[in-house]
Amino acid sequence: MATKTFKIPEALEGLGSHGCCQGCGHGIAARIIYEVIEEMGLTKNCIAFHDLACGSNMLYAQKYHGFSGAHGRAIPTATGFKRTRPDMLVFSYAGDGATYSIGMQHTVHTAMRDENITAIVINNTNFGMTGGQMSPTSLIGQKTTSSPAGRTKELNGNPVDVVKLYTDMDIAYLARGAVDSVPNINKTKNYIRKAFAKQMAGEGFSFVEILAPCPTNWGMTPAQSLERMQNEVFKKYELGEFIERSAK
Amino acid sequence: MADRAIMKGNEALAEAALRAGCRFFSGYPITPQTEVLEYLSWRMNEVGGDMIQTEDELTGLHMLLGASLGGARVLSTSAGPGFALFHEGLSYLCECEAPSVLVDVQRLGGGCGGISASQGDYEEVVHGGGNGDSQYIVLTPASVQEEVDLVQEAYELAEKYRNPVVIMTDAIIGQMMEGVTLPDMKEHDINKFDWAYKPLGANDTHGIQKAGWPSTGYDVYGPYRLKKFKDMHDNEQRWENVQVKDADVVCVAYGISSRVCKEAVKKARAKGVKLGLIRLITAWPFPEKAFAEINPNVKGLLVVEMSLKGQMVPDVKLATKCNLPVYTYLSCDVVPDSDMVVETAEAIIAGTAEEV
Repeated sequence: MATKTFKIPEALEGLGSHGCCQGCGHGIAARIIYEVIEEMGLTKNCIAFHDLACGSNMLYAQKYHGFSGAHGRAIPTATGFKRTRPDMLVFSYAGDGATYSIGMQHTVHTAMRDENITAIVINNTNFGMTGGQMSPTSLIGQKTTSSPAGRTKELNGNPVDVVKLYTDMDIAYLARGAVDSVPNINKTKNYIRKAFAKQMAGEGFSFVEILAPCPTNWGMTPAQSLERMQNEVFKKYELGEFIERSAK
Repeated sequence: MADRAIMKGNEALAEAALRAGCRFFSGYPITPQTEVLEYLSWRMNEVGGDMIQTEDELTGLHMLLGASLGGARVLSTSAGPGFALFHEGLSYLCECEAPSVLVDVQRLGGGCGGISASQGDYEEVVHGGGNGDSQYIVLTPASVQEEVDLVQEAYELAEKYRNPVVIMTDAIIGQMMEGVTLPDMKEHDINKFDWAYKPLGANDTHGIQKAGWPSTGYDVYGPYRLKKFKDMHDNEQRWENVQVKDADVVCVAYGISSRVCKEAVKKARAKGVKLGLIRLITAWPFPEKAFAEINPNVKGLLVVEMSLKGQMVPDVKLATKCNLPVYTYLSCDVVPDSDMVVETAEAIIAGTAEEV
């Protein structure tokens, strides 16, 4: 019988816990990101710009270049760096709160500029680090600590879907994956690979949203949180590749 | 060879930044600093740098942070309402020790205020920029040539201390044209710093992990930064003293107001009134050492500032340990009048002026 040995990417070797809760999606996302980076031979030639909050746990989850700046500003900080060192792989790593709330202007304008960086967004439909408040992607009806009776359009406004937001954006790549199952993890890894490859080829802005569970703040077991993703979150936020511009 | 030119203050500052090796600008249009951005929109391209017109001022500073962490010499400029949006980024530039040069071309009033000259941002810029013990050097040019000279110096200071440096100027210095000597074009090597992020070598076993908090903990980082602030305070005070040794009244002013005061000193001396001037070149560190030179029997210090509140007064009182009477001539939205400066000085000598 053929066996497959699990190999940790070198960037993550010898490190302890990433500091996230049990059943959190961040750890899987970090693993597949650094697997891709290693497969592309870019381990020593890349830098991650992390947001604050749960995303910043990832700063110490790998041992090479990383920076954690202000909440919502990972994308512009990555932009400034990439303009200075265009030969390095530069990506931002942030949550749905940072990307669609406090940093929404960067999410829009960076796509308008078609900036040659990659934005990776972990969407777990709430503000995780601060204890599970409503975020711009919380679903209608979702109970959070700041929408205790469930999100309503009247009280809280509608959630935002970046795929629809980017309908008119001329960017290199847009995809949405998930880390709920092996097939989806493998697909997501492929999206990340394409996004990074487009950046290294100088093709413009690439954006990968990754749907992830947050069992702690959803008040669920890890298994229940995966069911919620499949039964509720995927119905609102479609998985797949949505923009894939051919090379200029 | 150095070039001679007649230039607007804002454009001269922009050109001087490029000649100092600045190759990254990110910022937003706002009167009265817009000429910096407009000038760099074409000129930056000529020298092979990047100029990004950002979605707001706040974004500009976070882009600067990224470029500075990569080793570049960086610039962003604004005016009061935009400088208010600088505070978040300023705090990060200080905390993350990212060398950078920022400019506030002061305009009138709070809120939107007006687009004419004023000096109402002193407290905000000198004592207010950024949360959590942020501190940076503030330079205050009084001529177009000084805009050119100080922007060069600002980059040296920013890298010496690994800290942002702010040039606080005003609508008149920024907008007026004067003859300037521009320095030669200098190339800056982004690889010269050991603290900057750059591609790792094959044998490197770890990279740089930096954040908006110190990885060492504040018990180590606190004393380290305090020493940096003390070094800046002790070593970087800059000023120009004009006839202060025998003066009965000494004006204290910076920027456009200090030019008026210089004229007032001449006018006063011509009629036998012993007036002097301490002109700030750094507002932080406040040039306390400048006060050591003044006449011990001086009748009073006269703060001349285009503000409502007399924002520099507390610094003047602290610099003199509250041992000298302080008076003000505050002109807010109009340029101070040199005859009024002389009249106020005469009133101080006559004992009819009111102390603050």
